[in-house]
Amino acid sequence: MNLFANGTLDTPLGLLLALVVGSGFGFWLERAGFGSSRKLTAIFYLQDFAVLKVMFSAMVTAAIGLQLLAATGHVDLGALYVPESIVWPQAVGGLVFGAGFVVGGWCPGTAAVGLASGKLDALVFLVGAGLGSLAFAALQPFVGDFLHAGTCAIGSLPQALGVSPALGAAVLAAVALAAFVGATKVERIMHKRNP
Amino acid sequence: MPRPYWNPYVAGAGLGLVLLFSYLVLGTGLGASGAITRAAVVAAHGLAPAAVEQNPWLGSYYADGQNPLAYYLVAMFVGTLLGGLLSSFAAGRIAPGVERGPTAGIGLRLCLALVGGALAGIGARFASGCTSGMALSGGALLQTGSFVFTGACFAAAFALAPMVRKEWR
Repeated sequence: MNLFANGTLDTPLGLLLALVVGSGFGFWLERAGFGSSRKLTAIFYLQDFAVLKVMFSAMVTAAIGLQLLAATGHVDLGALYVPESIVWPQAVGGLVFGAGFVVGGWCPGTAAVGLASGKLDALVFLVGAGLGSLAFAALQPFVGDFLHAGTCAIGSLPQALGVSPALGAAVLAAVALAAFVGATKVERIMHKRNP
Repeated sequence: MPRPYWNPYVAGAGLGLVLLFSYLVLGTGLGASGAITRAAVVAAHGLAPAAVEQNPWLGSYYADGQNPLAYYLVAMFVGTLLGGLLSSFAAGRIAPGVERGPTAGIGLRLCLALVGGALAGIGARFASGCTSGMALSGGALLQTGSFVFTGACFAAAFALAPMVRKEWR
């Protein structure tokens, strides 16, 4: 089943399944502690690397799962919706988004979970994000060309580097493991200094 | 007393399985910012319908008589709220309030939440996605743009963190 490929994402069945997927998403975000903006921003003060650990574990789990399912013929990677790589607007968007993350304390998904836990600052952040979307509409005529800058025919990183996607997923897992070891060391040092 | 959070690697693996399930069943990954944009467009349409419909970018959400909210990412966002509610309720973590550092005022915190939200909203539209759709879902498919976005996001957040230290620590 692939509702995107069938063009049935926005049918009642698609909306229901998206609701189910979203519930799982919200559940695990909250279990991880991401309904707390202080916990989310603690990584930027080197106090708590849960953001890095959770994000990298999730990315690696899904990346390896997708490669295994594709290798055994259970999923056609070519039929999935792939977020397009347009590197220049994504670099600029990432910088602006990151500023919003540390100043506002949330990202859109975690703010939903924060709101569900009763945080008023999460609601205000979501209102701000809505206003930001409308501000983008005003900016759009001036940056329209830039929004398509840097497609450079590069989709995935393994493709751009000329290696197999399976090797790419394995390298991602190795980088994640190294980051987990490093992050845990930094956490220990910071807690000793500042218990 | 609220229960402790779960181990980050366990929570991350759980999140990864949800993402995998999403790709298997929906054929697409997770997303959150799209629903916020659509809700904002609908709110703006309520206030000034003609202005929204005449704007080329905003008006596209209403093209061919569409309802901007009848969209899978909106349903996913409602699900995210429900899943978060279930988990925080079960763990005794529902605590109405404004979360901030010990020396930060409520007014300052809420202003910064609004400003930060606006920046995140603009940034997500430049990048065509946020930490869910671009960083996580694209990253699982090893997309170059997703790694560029994630790197830029963390670089900016680390660089600005000292300026807003009082808000958090």
